[in-house]
Amino acid sequence: MNKKLQALFGAGALAFSTLAMTPAQAADTIKVGVLHSLSGTMAISETTLKDTVLMLVDDINKKGGLLGKQLEAVVVDPASDWPLFAEKARELLEKEQVAAVFGCWTSVSRKSVLPVFEELNGMLFYPVQYEGEESSRNVFYTGAAPNQQAIPAVDYMMSEDGGGAERIVLLGTDYVYPRTTNKILRSYLNAKGIADADIMENYTPFGHSDWQSIVAEVKTFASTGKKTAVISTINGDANVPFYKELANQGIKAEDIPVVAFSVGEEELAGIDTEPLIGHLAAWNYFQSVESDANSAFIEKWHAFIGNDARVTNDPMEATYIGFTMWAQAVQQAGTTDVDAVRQAMYGQQVPNLTGGVAVMNTNHHLSKPVLIGEVQGDGQFDVVWATDDTVVGDAWSDFIPESAKLTADWTYPWVCGNCENPMY
Amino acid sequence: MSNAMIRSVRGLVPMMRCHLVCLMMVLGALTVSPSPASAFSDEELRIAADRLAGDGANDKIALINNMAADGDPRVAPILEAMLDGRLFLRKTDQHVVIGEKQGSIWRHIDVVSGDVAGESPASGLEKLRVNNRLRGALRDALGGLNLFSLDIASRRAAVETVMGARDPSMLPLLVRAIERESDETLRNRMELARATMALAAGVNKEERLAAIAALAGETTPQIRAVLSQFIQSADAEKIEPDVIEAAETALASVERRLGLWQTFGDLYRGISLGSVLLLAAVGLAITFGVMGVINMAHGEMVMIGAYTTFVVQQVIQNVFPAGSGWSLAVAVPMAFLVAGLVGIVIERTIIRFLYGRPLETLLATWGLSLVLQQTIRSIFGATNRQVMAPDFMSGAIEMSSGLVLTYNRLWIILFSLIVVAGIAAVLRYTAFGLQMRAVTQNRRMAGSVGIRTGRVDALTFGLGSGIAGIAGVALSQIDNVSPNLGQGYIIDSFMVVVFGGVGNLWGTVLGAFSLGIVNKFLEPVAGAVLAKIFVLIALILFIQKRPKGLFALKGRAVEA
Amino acid sequence: MTDYRQKYQTTPVIGWLMKDRGGMILLAILGLAIILVPAGNLLVPKDSLFHVPTWALGLLGKYLCYALLALSVDLIWGFCGILSLGHGAFFALGGYAMGMHLMRQIGDRGVYGNPLLPDFMVFLNWSELPWYWYGFDMFPFAIVMAMFVPGLLAFVFGYLTFRSRVTGVYLSIITQAMTYALLLAFFRNDMGFGGNNGLTDFKDLLGFNLQTDGMRSSLFVASALALAVCYIVARGITRSRLGKVLIAIRDAESRVRFTGYRVEHYKLFVFTVSAVMAGIAGALYVPQVGIINPGEFAPAASIEVVIWVAVGGRGTLYGAVLGAFLVNYAKTYFTGVLPELWLFFLGGLFIAVTLLLPKGIIGAVPTFGSPDRQSVFVTWRKRLNDRRSRQGGSA
Repeated sequence: MNKKLQALFGAGALAFSTLAMTPAQAADTIKVGVLHSLSGTMAISETTLKDTVLMLVDDINKKGGLLGKQLEAVVVDPASDWPLFAEKARELLEKEQVAAVFGCWTSVSRKSVLPVFEELNGMLFYPVQYEGEESSRNVFYTGAAPNQQAIPAVDYMMSEDGGGAERIVLLGTDYVYPRTTNKILRSYLNAKGIADADIMENYTPFGHSDWQSIVAEVKTFASTGKKTAVISTINGDANVPFYKELANQGIKAEDIPVVAFSVGEEELAGIDTEPLIGHLAAWNYFQSVESDANSAFIEKWHAFIGNDARVTNDPMEATYIGFTMWAQAVQQAGTTDVDAVRQAMYGQQVPNLTGGVAVMNTNHHLSKPVLIGEVQGDGQFDVVWATDDTVVGDAWSDFIPESAKLTADWTYPWVCGNCENPMY
Repeated sequence: MSNAMIRSVRGLVPMMRCHLVCLMMVLGALTVSPSPASAFSDEELRIAADRLAGDGANDKIALINNMAADGDPRVAPILEAMLDGRLFLRKTDQHVVIGEKQGSIWRHIDVVSGDVAGESPASGLEKLRVNNRLRGALRDALGGLNLFSLDIASRRAAVETVMGARDPSMLPLLVRAIERESDETLRNRMELARATMALAAGVNKEERLAAIAALAGETTPQIRAVLSQFIQSADAEKIEPDVIEAAETALASVERRLGLWQTFGDLYRGISLGSVLLLAAVGLAITFGVMGVINMAHGEMVMIGAYTTFVVQQVIQNVFPAGSGWSLAVAVPMAFLVAGLVGIVIERTIIRFLYGRPLETLLATWGLSLVLQQTIRSIFGATNRQVMAPDFMSGAIEMSSGLVLTYNRLWIILFSLIVVAGIAAVLRYTAFGLQMRAVTQNRRMAGSVGIRTGRVDALTFGLGSGIAGIAGVALSQIDNVSPNLGQGYIIDSFMVVVFGGVGNLWGTVLGAFSLGIVNKFLEPVAGAVLAKIFVLIALILFIQKRPKGLFALKGRAVEA
Repeated sequence: MTDYRQKYQTTPVIGWLMKDRGGMILLAILGLAIILVPAGNLLVPKDSLFHVPTWALGLLGKYLCYALLALSVDLIWGFCGILSLGHGAFFALGGYAMGMHLMRQIGDRGVYGNPLLPDFMVFLNWSELPWYWYGFDMFPFAIVMAMFVPGLLAFVFGYLTFRSRVTGVYLSIITQAMTYALLLAFFRNDMGFGGNNGLTDFKDLLGFNLQTDGMRSSLFVASALALAVCYIVARGITRSRLGKVLIAIRDAESRVRFTGYRVEHYKLFVFTVSAVMAGIAGALYVPQVGIINPGEFAPAASIEVVIWVAVGGRGTLYGAVLGAFLVNYAKTYFTGVLPELWLFFLGGLFIAVTLLLPKGIIGAVPTFGSPDRQSVFVTWRKRLNDRRSRQGGSA
């Protein structure tokens, strides 16, 4: 009796784990993986994107599905745990055999799943603005690269309309995106004639909540009489306390405007924006932009989520564009085979929600318009500047010497994500 | 001055369409040398105001400056309304009006007469958009205008604006204002503003020296900047060496005083950080310090408090909108009750089976914290919730030295002290406090003299959790209200309690403030990340020196 | 006394291992797994029922590393009463040592093609390799460092801490402070460890591509062997005279000290050994998951390890292994099946285990559990009664 029990227990761990994970077979649907954290620190941002994908899947299914099949969303929770991202990606690709994966928010999560997607030849749609310096054959980047967000924003701040900033504060959370972006910005600013003495760079830990000293420091830095602007790459959680401190210390946008790259409608939802009117953000999308496509999208979102107070934001539009492009490419290729769909992706066009057309380039980045908006009292942004045309996403920055040499182009004759010369 | 006028006239030309003639009249009136009061006819003012709804930032800025140039008292309210986003284009007749919200209806106020001229729902009005540049122009223009305001407060504000803008073209305006000013302190302030401008624009040595002498007594970052800029550009402008020397001496004294203020500022910010740490940790000082329960779900109690604040605010806003300013006052007891009740339930269902096994309470409460986080996430969603700041907690006391004491932080410092005093009083003077101390010191003995130890345990845990809930109310004012709120404070809280000495309330107070102050003094030197690392390492080393914290409980037992 | 000495000192290793029933089962399973799992992956055709898919192989390999980490925690917590809430730090340091070797192995195949500098240094404009990266191009050096660095940190930290007689909760909290400080430090890009992104994009190890099934199987086998060897070492320590002293320290530290033992030496020894084991686990973990980043230093991660041990059964060693497997399997399973609700299950599991199974799952199995072989509910009720009587007439 006892021996049996022991054996059962001992063998249990191994046997259970292998048996319970046999691939599920379902050929009558097309599976789509959703790899966004639903718990842990990133849940605050990523949960919305999971819902967006579910809404888009729902939408396609109502219209009769894709290639005559219904779509099936496979949702997993990588729990803001980076190795778990890799594990879940493998599970989605190998076990669930999904046709494409929509997911990741942080760069580290993308870096973590990247080898898995490359090994198993999967397809990942990455919907968040990031530091660039990457072009994988298996990833389509639908968020902004630095040249689609940071550079235009700095241009605007230095322009007459933006206040003609001559001194720049670079505030960021200490991780790769702010570091790289600020590196790029510094060399760009130097090229524009702003000396290093007029640039202040400051990094804070994740979730930093006490901004008193730094805001005071910025004030001192700005007291020289030269017009000063703050470029913020502060990440998610730390933004609410930062803006609350800004508001309370009475830093007005007319005096020291703050332009942020990671603050959208969703982040502002937790703050009273009345004292922050005039601070800025640079994105490819704002909820406030009036267009038929956008109002239809917002209406659909409100109906799906069942709450009219929920906002839309840039990563949602990036998810929408990526998803719609993928659906079109599948339609066009007539199959969900990754290689065929990838070929069909190039040049794929989807109307932006803000007007104009987004195009997928052969470097796996989008051409999108760049918008700069000022915070309004109702938590929305008012667009004060926009590019005349779309901007091509640049995988490799021209402002980092090592990177300027590289080209990403996944079509013949280059067929390479980081080459100095074509492969063929 | 005249140059600017010509430029602005040229800028306005493309805008002239139907009202060409009238506009010419306006501009004619404007370019004529300014005279006080009613420089505009009613018609001119209306046309100028309607033009504010036009296109082109440059044109609008020129128009704003022209409108403001000669101190017509009716202009200031229009520009102020525009600055605050209360200026609208009425869709029916394309006139610009000031909007005033009355419930769901907007009242239209005529820009010329200041009387109510109709009303409509929000859809009947189109807001005049302003961007930062316009806002800056508006504010500077208002600054100039308000120098002549009848209200002394707005004159005072205007002087500061003018001083901040440091625009030499304001100088004649300022000189006129000084002549008229009756209030002596304000006049001195204006003289100072003139000195900052005179330093750059001064014609001779005496004027410069006088300006420097006037500036040397001040202690503001602006003056420091004025002086150092003057010194930097001195060589190029061939300034006399003794003037430069005077400026350098003045700068040194300004800097010395500013340095003192800086130290004071660091101290204040340290106390403020300390008060936040204290609030977060003081509940733990009871559950962990007094009861010995390693409550990893402590942060979630804080989070529950913050969400209670959110709910209370929503309810009050919907049911009794007039009282929404008081919602925090209601939220404090509510948060205490809600978090306290949750605490009692937790104690009765989980913790009470784990007394004497402190490390296992760690595991169970860790599991509990996961469950609580996910519960909140399921109910309220993963995104941030907005908790409004009442008026008395918005804004700041700004000192001329550049030190800013924000009201919310001042209140939190005060609040934390009140909370600690309250706890100390409960422990010291109430029967429950007495029983609690008795149970902590000797459970069996307390039981045998008739204290219902189980009940005391539950209430003690409830008290600790309730206080964590109260902390949540305060933290909702400065941090995210999200399911992760508690996670950000749990480690810091444990550090504070351990540093201060487990089981000692005063240790926690001292621990919180010293960690806060050390952190804030290190931050400007080492940066926020390194400062935190240094504090942690210092804490580890400190524990080597005093293994039981700052204030160890004295006792004869070898093992606590 | 002499009786014990005879029994344990003179008996060869195999002898006392035979008496450790749970350990024998564990070793037997590991032995079987070493043969069957790689064979099932490499030899059995893909469509066969007995084929072990690559992802399962990867998962099991990862669990083995977690199990080794849990074992190292159980060695100090279960047998010496040192509750470390910062053991993830040693695991991560071992992982970083291996990660640095793997980074150097990339050579000029990185995206910027720099033969010396890893990619993250290139795009942050570092011009030369920091001194502490030297030597990591050699595999043996990296392996030694993966054990030496965590061991050294544990030695220094333990030397200071145990000498000052920091115990109990204080010790737990400052271990947490230690791992938290390291977390913040490694987040800093200036540290030269890749900041938040950590080290990724590994290509090969010892010349073999990491993404082949053969390499994965080898890593799996290496992890299983490491676990087996570390188990035997840990069991050897706990069975030895030194182990008896450790247990005595756990149960009554002061008495042991008064008896004339230098308590801190014993503690320091076992703490360092445990840290080295955690480092080995980390070094094996990194090539299998393909990333090491500061997240491993997070205090929450270290607390989770303690929970694995508690769930499995503290003070048994094999219980820790079982706990690591079960909890992580539950996490894998529920994050896939119930992505929105899994935290309720996991959190509920922790609460239930501590309340109902104070000795962990192993403790609930009669043979392994308490000597009087009571069922879990009997023990539970007994404790409740004990408590009632302790409280006098209150309840």
